[in-house]
Amino acid sequence: MSLEIKYMVTIKINGKDYSVEKGKSLLDVSLALGFDIPHFCFHPALGSVGACRMCAVKKYRDADDQKGRIVMSCMEPVADGLIISTEDEEVKTFRAAVTEGLMTNHPHDCPVCDEGGECHLQDMTVMTGHNYRKFDFKKRTHKNQYLGPFVLHEMNRCIQCYRCVRFYRDYAGGKDLNVFGSHNHVYFGRFEDGTLESEFSGNLVEVCPTGVFTDKTAHKHFTRKWDLSNAPSICTHCSLGCNTIAGERYDSLRRIRNRYNQEVNGYFLCDRGRFGYEFVNNEKRLKQAFIRQKNNVLTPLAEKEIVDKIKKQLYNSNKIVGIGSPRASLEANYSLLSLTGTDNFFHGISEKEFQLTKMALKYQQHSGVRIPTMKQMENADVTFILGEDLVNTAPRMALAIRQSARNILNEDAGIRRIPEWEDQAVRDLGQLSSSHIYIASPVKDYLDDIAKKSFKGSYSDITALAAVIAKLIDKEAPEPPKHTKAIKELAREMADALKHAKNPLIVSGISSGDTALLQATFNISTALLKSKVNPMLGIALHESNSMGLALLPGESLQKASYTAKNENIDTLIILENDLYRRDDSILIDELIQKSNNVIVIDTLENKTTQKADLLLPASAFSESTGTLVSNEGRAQRFYKAVFNKNEAVRDSWRWINELKKIHNNKFKGWDNIDSLFYSLTDDIPVFSNLKGKFPDAGFRVLDRKIPRQSIRFSGRTSMYANLSVSEKKLPQDPDSPFAYSMEGFQENPPSSLVPFYWSPGWNSVQALYKYVDKANGPLKGGNPGVLFLDSLSSEQAKYFNITSNEPGITGKDELVIFPVYQIFGSEELSSEASGVSERIKKPFLLLNSDDITKIKASAGDIADLEINNTIISIEIVMDNNLKPGVAGVSVQLPGMPYLALPARGKVHIN
Amino acid sequence: MEKPLTEYITPGSPPLSLNEYRKAGGYKGVDKALKTMAPAEVTEMIKTSNLMGRGGAGFLTGLKWSFVPMDEKDKPKYLICNADEMEPGTFKDRYLLEGNPHQLIAGMIVAAYAIQAETAYIFLRWAYKKAEKTIQKAISEAYKAGYLGKNILNTGFNLDIHLHTSAGRYICGEESALTNSLEGKRAIPRAKPPFPAISGLFGRPTVVNNVETLSWIAHITNKGTEWFKNLSISGTGGTKLYGVSGRVKNPGLWELPLGTTIREILDVHAGGMAEGYKFRGLLPGGASTDFLIEDHLDVQMDFKTVAAVGSRMGTGTMIILDDKTCPVAFVRNLENFFALESCGWCTPCREGLPWIEKILGAIEEGRGKMEYLDTLKFQTKYLAPGHTFCAHAPGAAEPLQSGLKYFYDDFVRHINEHKCPWR
Repeated sequence: MSLEIKYMVTIKINGKDYSVEKGKSLLDVSLALGFDIPHFCFHPALGSVGACRMCAVKKYRDADDQKGRIVMSCMEPVADGLIISTEDEEVKTFRAAVTEGLMTNHPHDCPVCDEGGECHLQDMTVMTGHNYRKFDFKKRTHKNQYLGPFVLHEMNRCIQCYRCVRFYRDYAGGKDLNVFGSHNHVYFGRFEDGTLESEFSGNLVEVCPTGVFTDKTAHKHFTRKWDLSNAPSICTHCSLGCNTIAGERYDSLRRIRNRYNQEVNGYFLCDRGRFGYEFVNNEKRLKQAFIRQKNNVLTPLAEKEIVDKIKKQLYNSNKIVGIGSPRASLEANYSLLSLTGTDNFFHGISEKEFQLTKMALKYQQHSGVRIPTMKQMENADVTFILGEDLVNTAPRMALAIRQSARNILNEDAGIRRIPEWEDQAVRDLGQLSSSHIYIASPVKDYLDDIAKKSFKGSYSDITALAAVIAKLIDKEAPEPPKHTKAIKELAREMADALKHAKNPLIVSGISSGDTALLQATFNISTALLKSKVNPMLGIALHESNSMGLALLPGESLQKASYTAKNENIDTLIILENDLYRRDDSILIDELIQKSNNVIVIDTLENKTTQKADLLLPASAFSESTGTLVSNEGRAQRFYKAVFNKNEAVRDSWRWINELKKIHNNKFKGWDNIDSLFYSLTDDIPVFSNLKGKFPDAGFRVLDRKIPRQSIRFSGRTSMYANLSVSEKKLPQDPDSPFAYSMEGFQENPPSSLVPFYWSPGWNSVQALYKYVDKANGPLKGGNPGVLFLDSLSSEQAKYFNITSNEPGITGKDELVIFPVYQIFGSEELSSEASGVSERIKKPFLLLNSDDITKIKASAGDIADLEINNTIISIEIVMDNNLKPGVAGVSVQLPGMPYLALPARGKVHIN
Repeated sequence: MEKPLTEYITPGSPPLSLNEYRKAGGYKGVDKALKTMAPAEVTEMIKTSNLMGRGGAGFLTGLKWSFVPMDEKDKPKYLICNADEMEPGTFKDRYLLEGNPHQLIAGMIVAAYAIQAETAYIFLRWAYKKAEKTIQKAISEAYKAGYLGKNILNTGFNLDIHLHTSAGRYICGEESALTNSLEGKRAIPRAKPPFPAISGLFGRPTVVNNVETLSWIAHITNKGTEWFKNLSISGTGGTKLYGVSGRVKNPGLWELPLGTTIREILDVHAGGMAEGYKFRGLLPGGASTDFLIEDHLDVQMDFKTVAAVGSRMGTGTMIILDDKTCPVAFVRNLENFFALESCGWCTPCREGLPWIEKILGAIEEGRGKMEYLDTLKFQTKYLAPGHTFCAHAPGAAEPLQSGLKYFYDDFVRHINEHKCPWR
């Protein structure tokens, strides 16, 4: 945080006085005031560097100065009495000349450019008024590169704003994109053709002001922005709940874009979140209902027969058991719960995940610790990440924490009177400073390059380190286990840093599967709380609604299988869940075998759907409306973008609605998502806070719906003219206040209902300026999402007596095996997206070179890994970050069985 | 007439060794400064001497040093000698580097002492292979003699000097681009503020001075400010290395009192125009300065006096335009250089200079159009200081804008005759 004291000053723009925040950049405040100042190199998240010279304004010395001089508004700190003009003729000519210069090499290939229609360069060209080209020489040309399955490269369009490398390298820590060459032949790309390695490469698509970097996945089913029907959505590929925009055309999902939420994802998404959407178009998509015939084969079921079959199945069903899902909406899960009753509803996750999630939730609710937004994480002054490989389990959080390294730089900059927003100057000044990020992890971490210390060890080492830190912070903390001198020394430094921090952040997650590690993490938090330091605690969960599910009653999958052992299940209903990914296949097989009827509701074919007696096709996130609760307890609603004309595919809760109506003839059914949601908020106390928090389907602004389409939407009447010339009735959406039309309320809708960014003159994503009061600030009307969990901190934060359920000391030839998650592949749905699937690695086993030698193998060999009687063949990858005796195995990759980890295991070569 | 900078330089002979230079009185200024003066006194002395930076901008050296924060916590600090002499027509630093490297090292020791920098770099133009050897030899002699390293002359002051040979870009002569380059980054200028004195090399307080400037320092501490001031004619202080290239009888480099007139340099020292050539104009101090013509020959070569007639003294090494050289080709050649040497960071420079170059090429090759002249005129205004990120493009605009002013008819003739009249 800057030491600069912020206060308001008065500046004069075009003869009128404005009160603005002192020390901000003139461009920043002018945009916030609504002035259309053209710019390229400035980006709210990246700050100012003064490269493009587009944001020029006239600055006057005083009231008598008539001539003034041209300054770049992005590099001009606002000070009291500043007098500027944005409309002076000389400055307008200058800005047009900058555009003209850029256009000397730009190919003007807008009609065939994917950026066309939402191009910041187009907008700025129009805004600066450059029309006729005087340049009549040859343009420079470049060769384009293959950059992998996500991003298309067309270097000729480049206007050299340097935003791409500033985002990719400075902001996101990527190494393999850079700028090469010089003068008017600078080249932005990789050293050679190849896949962009950064987990955040997709943001180049939105960061690039023109069409150099475009969305390769969307290119395959390209649609101009103005032809998309959009809806606000929530990413379903991890627990963080990043806000997205889903865009539709001709009944299919075309792309995902970032939807700004200051507190959550800001301007950026990870590549899994941006490109994982294509699973909805996968050929494994279930498009009709299936029923198991006597010959044990699943055969398609005509729509009109479905109800009959359900009736038959549910007839005489006394014992109906429901298995919910952490990737299904709150409404879908609740509908199942209300059908089966609390006693017969199970969470569809392993006992371990269930316990860890509950433990995390309980600690967060009862300790009084602060649960940070990702924005708040960026402001941490000391951070400690324990055992969670964030970039692979909660990628956006890793990017947020990377930004926290900037705080110490900003502090130094404040002393030297360099404004925080003067990005390059701040980075140059702080290049020798170290961050205050500490990491303890068994593997290489995405943040290692900026970490002050990165400790590599097994989970028990990390647990010991954490326990020592807690003890050093507070003497009352439990006695730590035996530990090395090195751990002790590191713990001293870290305890000291945490204790003296103003805004410390502790981060872990449940992916380790290690109870002791999580307990030790919470003990540091408790120790800080008891020492009157108020820490932030960020816990990454597994899936988009892990938190929502955890807040519902019910037990784990294991408990469901116990139930099945004791009494026969008449009907087992599995909601959007491939149970074979969740727990041991023996357990799942048993559960399914003990059930007379198995009804599976899901979007894609998987191992579980193959076991269904009745298989019902569910709509995907993009075709439905529902609520998810993110890891920080933020309830957020996603809305239907795609109108699925296939009536055989329904929202999961609508199928369950049918089932419930048949099962319980007194039940009248839920009319729409709202009536279901009202039942939920009435029924489950923890959700009562959410009552009335989401605009319901009847919500209108000035009696008008919110249009999904921009005012420039073309072809409503011609889209289907090849089939019929009459204009068809617009699809009706009973669940939301959105219209499938460009007609409706034309101004900015409430912040949670923003389906796209557009403003006159601003067709690109930069139109966002018109939706916020200031750059990097909250959306007008507040940030979307509802933080509804009450802190129940009547009691004091407590210590856990660390229960070592670690595999502990290993037997002869045994290794401790821990799970290694992968951003691409470890999450179920995104793995089925065509782009993402290209990025998925083959299953691998990480071993230290000593252990590889011990088993007489070499890297690249295929080994047999034996864990809990499961044997899998897997490729050995050498990783000397690992301690000898500790091995990491990739988990949840396609083709891999469920592995309960951490565990002891043996590796041998045939 | 005293010639302190070049007194011990004999072209063709190796430079003086440390011992030889010491015997000749060199390094006395180092002894005096380190043993008898506080750092602040040295800075004050250089300020009083009115020494103006010889790299071309003429900024007061002592004033530059005085911006360096002097608290213990401000360490480490750095001194950089800018020896990346790449200004077309300029070869004065080369003469000093090859001829008397100890003079530079002595100056750097005192300068580093004044700002309390314990590490210094000489950023040398890649092509100066001979200078590379002479400097390296001189540095090792200085280490052996105890003028570099730890506890210099038992004063407790430490200094290491590293020689860095550049990869070769004109923009590296700009101090902040030089700094980036030295850090291993792209040679792109940095925004100012913050100035290097606050955040320079590796984000630390840094002073960047030119070779000729630094070569003065130990002389001034040795002989005093009055002596220095009295060396010049104009009162600015010091002598100046003036050079002349082009079609003169005796092209070369001379150390003369600051303020010597152009005419004297041209006629007396350079011997006037070569047989059969007539004078048309000159660039007074490198390629990035405005043309001067016949009318300006009696102007004194000093920062203020040259600025008063619409140009800059720059490096003080002139390039002469004669009547048998096409002025359009002359300017085109320069703009070709500037366009290639643009770092590519800011739009007006990156896109404007190649456009200028293409237009000049077209005009010279007979493909010119009258409207091109409007574009050229516009570009010279558009590439003004403050409009661009650094001084590269405004410098490049100088010979063009003054070329258009003084040789406009020649541009028009090219266009009307559809060919170069000189070909």
